[in-house]
Amino acid sequence: MDISLLAMLCVTAIAAIRIRDLFAVTMLFGIYSFLTATFFLSLDAIDVAFTEAAVGAGITTVLMLATLRLTGRYERKPKHNIFIPLIVVSITGAALVYGTLDAPLLGDPNAPAQQHVSPRYIEESPKEIGIPNMVTSVLASYRGYDTLGETFVIFCAGLAVIIILGIQDSGEVHPGRSAIGDQLVLRVVVKVLLPFILLFALYVQLHGDYGAGGGFQAGIIFASGFILYDLVFGEGDARLIIPPTFLKRMAALGVLLYASVGLYSLFNGKAFLDYSALSDNPTSAQHIGIFLVELGVGITVFSVALTIFFAFSGRAQITVKTDRRPPL
Amino acid sequence: MSLVDHLPILIIIIPLIAAPLCVLFDSAKASWLLALAACISSFIGSIKLLNTITLSGPISYSLGGWQPPWGIEYRLDLLSIILLLLLTSIASLVVLFARYSVEQEISKNRIVPFYATLLLAIAGLSGICISGDVFNLFVFLEISSIASYTLISLGKDRRALNAAFKYLVMGTIGATFILIGIGFLYMQTGTLNMQDLSERLPSLYDNRTIRAGFAFLTVGVCLKLALFPLHLWLPNAYAYAPSVVSAFLAATATKVAVYMLLRFLLTVFDFNFSLNTMPLDVILIALGSVAIVSSSLVAIFQVNLKRLLAYSSIAQLGYISLSIGLASKLGIASAIIHLFNHALMKGALFLALGAMIYKVGGAELKHCQGMLKRMPLTSLAIIIGGLSLIGIPGTAGFISKWSMINASLEAGLWPLALLILFGSLLAIIYVWKMVEAITLQPSTSTATAPLTRDEAPLTMLVPIWALVIANIYYGINTELTVSLAQRAANILVGGY
Repeated sequence: MDISLLAMLCVTAIAAIRIRDLFAVTMLFGIYSFLTATFFLSLDAIDVAFTEAAVGAGITTVLMLATLRLTGRYERKPKHNIFIPLIVVSITGAALVYGTLDAPLLGDPNAPAQQHVSPRYIEESPKEIGIPNMVTSVLASYRGYDTLGETFVIFCAGLAVIIILGIQDSGEVHPGRSAIGDQLVLRVVVKVLLPFILLFALYVQLHGDYGAGGGFQAGIIFASGFILYDLVFGEGDARLIIPPTFLKRMAALGVLLYASVGLYSLFNGKAFLDYSALSDNPTSAQHIGIFLVELGVGITVFSVALTIFFAFSGRAQITVKTDRRPPL
Repeated sequence: MSLVDHLPILIIIIPLIAAPLCVLFDSAKASWLLALAACISSFIGSIKLLNTITLSGPISYSLGGWQPPWGIEYRLDLLSIILLLLLTSIASLVVLFARYSVEQEISKNRIVPFYATLLLAIAGLSGICISGDVFNLFVFLEISSIASYTLISLGKDRRALNAAFKYLVMGTIGATFILIGIGFLYMQTGTLNMQDLSERLPSLYDNRTIRAGFAFLTVGVCLKLALFPLHLWLPNAYAYAPSVVSAFLAATATKVAVYMLLRFLLTVFDFNFSLNTMPLDVILIALGSVAIVSSSLVAIFQVNLKRLLAYSSIAQLGYISLSIGLASKLGIASAIIHLFNHALMKGALFLALGAMIYKVGGAELKHCQGMLKRMPLTSLAIIIGGLSLIGIPGTAGFISKWSMINASLEAGLWPLALLILFGSLLAIIYVWKMVEAITLQPSTSTATAPLTRDEAPLTMLVPIWALVIANIYYGINTELTVSLAQRAANILVGGY
């Protein structure tokens, strides 16, 4: 199973390098991400698999396609010599193989990674944090500060897109005219699916304590619901619901919500992000803390993902405007 | 815990939280004030922390209240606080300088996100210097990197976008290598905490996974450090970025990379393994020497002064790597001294060029004509900064060079001492080029612009001259830099 997955990964990667049709490459990347997600699944890393499927296969593919609309479909022949990159890649690959020579076997219970820090997470987290999903415990509590940092990375990516591409605030809106043409079947399907997508996103947001999921995945799914709506029902329709300036502020509010949980504990005499300041009961304090920070993550991820999409689709309107046929 | 106990986290999260606040307020003036206030408060916090550390040793702070190695630890020792002082002071001065320069160079609707991104870059770089956890260090490296790419892309010149993209590709490869290295270390030790790693690694030094991890970490950090031949992203990035960004990044970003190198080599691994068992000492000396000679030579032929200084930066990073490669306490100490002094020189020089661009409209040799008459204070700042870059006695640069030459002689490597002197000779040539253009060139542009005195505004002159005076001060009073750097080097070589 593992070997066949790996073989498929290799085939996809080589195909993606060789093909010059960028649409095909984007699709191959999507397949690659799904395969990786399956791989993570077979390693029992469900949260990671979920994220990879939502981000790698889902939203990244949509954004790449949006970019292709702006650039062109075919890659130009590279001008540079291919030998130097080949040597660099070979050396890197050799170093990676060398590094795994002494590595513990996959799934070995005696591997150092299973012996030192993680037993405490496995044994104590149900008592200390009080939630069954240990991944969420580590992510949002034991190493909650890292997650705060990652949320700031996403916020920063949003700022980068705003700075480089800019978002036309009152950008042209074409209600009822969609980027992919009038597709009656699609419209009906999307109309039926959309409530479920948004509902599922909320479920993922709130259910991260018990099953796979959390703010990150939920934000992406919620955003993809809006993107789908925008793609099928009309360019800029989603903008009418959430204007970009508002979205920018929402992204800021998300990270601020996360950080203010930390500040709250700090001003109550506890360490930064020590959730025990939130309630007298230790486990319910953890619950409240994790709920709030996941909410912050969800808001920021949703806003940034949608901002990036708006930035790309806004550009498309500018460049495509000239050769668009009049509405039927 | 009182608020003072929280200082280690406060100096990081104040700029971090100020960034989204800028976006919320959405006003250019408010963003500038907020950024300035955030940087100055972090600077004051760092001074206070320096006092605590020199008196009572390293500070540890457990984030989320979880004990390390289960939770994330902030750990502040002398090296960290030297870097933090440098970062926060330069950040405060740069932000003070930024107001008019940014108004001129960056379009109106981008000023607010610019300050937000600058604050994220500051917080990211500071977070790297304080973290006692390798993965947390990586997270903050990501924040600072993405912020830096964005800041560079804001340059007026269209080539800025290309430069930022190149930096993004190289920087991402570097970051990925660092992450692979961290993964390898975790695979064999099961921990991410630096102190915990340093206790568990020595028994594993023969392990191939650990050795490969060491190689990945070193190469990744050297990409960020712009060590020859991994420096190709740097000249354009510094040349085409907005003036404020060039000044800030030149003075801090590569210095933080040097910090990471020292931290990984000497704290996570140890001195003997990194610089004796592994052949890294020879590699660092060789690459450092090539960097000094080749980049100084290239610098001589530059017409754009920002590019000239960028190549000079690569040469200075060569000096620093060479000093680390000497594998002695004195060598490490001189690397730290030069790291600090070079930040002062380049900060002053890039800011002065920024003032020149603000008034004259460019930083090429042709723009220098009549500078001395037109902007005497800025010109004088460039001259003194240049002297410090050469290493004239009485400036901070002299202390660096002196200590590096001492370290090479101590190691019995007199050719290296000669090489350092030769590098200074080359520096004389390229600094002379700048000085000559400023002072001696006839002012042919009288027809187009009257050569009256037209000095930069006070918010620019104050930061420039603060750094120029620091260059002279640390050239005369060596107590602070040299003794702190030596103590820091002793701690690093002797273990955590």
